[in-house]
Amino acid sequence: MGKFTLCDVELWYNDFKALKNVTMDIGANEITAFIGPSGCGKSTLLKSLNRMNDLVEGCKITGKLLLDGEDIYGGIDVNLLRKRVGMVFQKPNPFPMSVYDNIAFGPRTHGVKSRYRLDEIVEKSLRDAAIWDECNGRLKKSALSLSGGQQQRLCIARALSVEPDVLLMDEPTSALDPISTSKIEDLLAELKKRYTVVIVTHNMQQATRISDRTAFFLLGEMVEYGDTEQIFSLPRDKRTEDYITGRFG
Amino acid sequence: MISGITVKNRSVREPVMRWVFTVSALTAVLAVGLICVFLFAGGFPAIGKIGVLKFLTGTVWKPTYDDFGILPMIVGSLYVTAGAILLGVPVGIFAAVFMAKVCPKPLYGFMKPALDLLAGIPSVVYGFFGIVVLVPFVRNTFGGDGSSMVTASLLLGIMILPTVIGITESALRAVPDELYEGAVALGASHERAVFGVVLPAAKSGVMAAVVLGVGRAIGETMAVKMVAGNQTVLRAPDEFLKGVRTLTANVVLEMGYAEGLHREALIATGVVLFVFILLINLLFSALKKERTE
Repeated sequence: MGKFTLCDVELWYNDFKALKNVTMDIGANEITAFIGPSGCGKSTLLKSLNRMNDLVEGCKITGKLLLDGEDIYGGIDVNLLRKRVGMVFQKPNPFPMSVYDNIAFGPRTHGVKSRYRLDEIVEKSLRDAAIWDECNGRLKKSALSLSGGQQQRLCIARALSVEPDVLLMDEPTSALDPISTSKIEDLLAELKKRYTVVIVTHNMQQATRISDRTAFFLLGEMVEYGDTEQIFSLPRDKRTEDYITGRFG
Repeated sequence: MISGITVKNRSVREPVMRWVFTVSALTAVLAVGLICVFLFAGGFPAIGKIGVLKFLTGTVWKPTYDDFGILPMIVGSLYVTAGAILLGVPVGIFAAVFMAKVCPKPLYGFMKPALDLLAGIPSVVYGFFGIVVLVPFVRNTFGGDGSSMVTASLLLGIMILPTVIGITESALRAVPDELYEGAVALGASHERAVFGVVLPAAKSGVMAAVVLGVGRAIGETMAVKMVAGNQTVLRAPDEFLKGVRTLTANVVLEMGYAEGLHREALIATGVVLFVFILLINLLFSALKKERTE
């Protein structure tokens, strides 16, 4: 059984149907990539997995979304869901406070008070996000003084600080330069040993490089879902083939 | 005929209009300049005659005996302002958080105009409210005769609310949504995200709100005069149920009948007040600069 099980998921923004009949399993300790042209619903689906869509007015969702067999839209505590399912955004969004406080915010939110324990979590999270060496010694400095690529890895560290099972990433490298991008891709390969990663990407090379499974979306519909190798070498659907060979999008 | 406006005609009109704009703009600046000149020219001689130290640190104000010490008034202004900040700022900040982050839209449509109205009420009406409601309230609850430091602080605390709320609210709205979302995505509740991330991110705006609130409080005259008791006695902070006189009240109470050195000493009181306001404005623009950087 997968980490996430989705069955007949449909989603509306008011009258606009953004997702149609999505049924899929997302495997644990794998990297699953969502690809497709802009407005195809891939980010929308990603945000349904930790209920960030709740913040959007007029958003309505039907169907079943299970995390480890538990209904995400049932009686679950949303804040605990989001603790389990962390998220990294397209644009790095460090809080305007020190590096240390950025990382400590999550654990503090969930009741960690001991200074010693916080120090531990901060170091571990920064190490896991491969940014400890660059941040050590400037933990008290403002997070905004870091470069864009460092800020994004800081945001990954921040997401890891609350010990999630899953990491959702919404085009995490689209605002970054190639060197920062490759650092984050290397990091993802490391992270998937311990976390389930779902990543939305515009960059098909990126999907082939890092993901185990790929889902292709078009106009709110999941057109094809399978092993990344198969999707990119032997797509079953004509529309997938057209997209990955660059005929549209 | 429309084409009757000839090129020649326009070439005359444009420079003329430019002059009109320039003169209009300069009028405001000129007014500030004139006030400065008049105030300092009228006040400095008195300070010279009384002696800077005697004037600023003297504790006795008895014009009939030529005692012109304004320390009780300086301290009175500071007490009353500090009290107003202590009461008004927390309420104002929480109110701004409510307006920006909690308030349902229909209620907002009612609250915003209500706050604008609060800002537009003449200060004498506030003073009247103070006399009729707050003075008896303080007298009955805490004792004393009701006209006191704490009454004035309470009233000023209400008067600075629109300033504090308005500026804090716009500072909160200026914080990018991504920060809020980042906090929520970590499992933070709405309140935790707002107070843990959004409000701290709006810190310099909140500071600016406090500084402007101080400016409004320290300069307020009529309402304070009506409820503060106005005794020219140097008070200790724990005498908050006794009356104080502020710098502004000192001027407005005595200017009507003052002559000679007394009159000049009152103008000099205005100079001191003006210096306070100047400092506050400098602080405000420094904060604004930090905010835009």
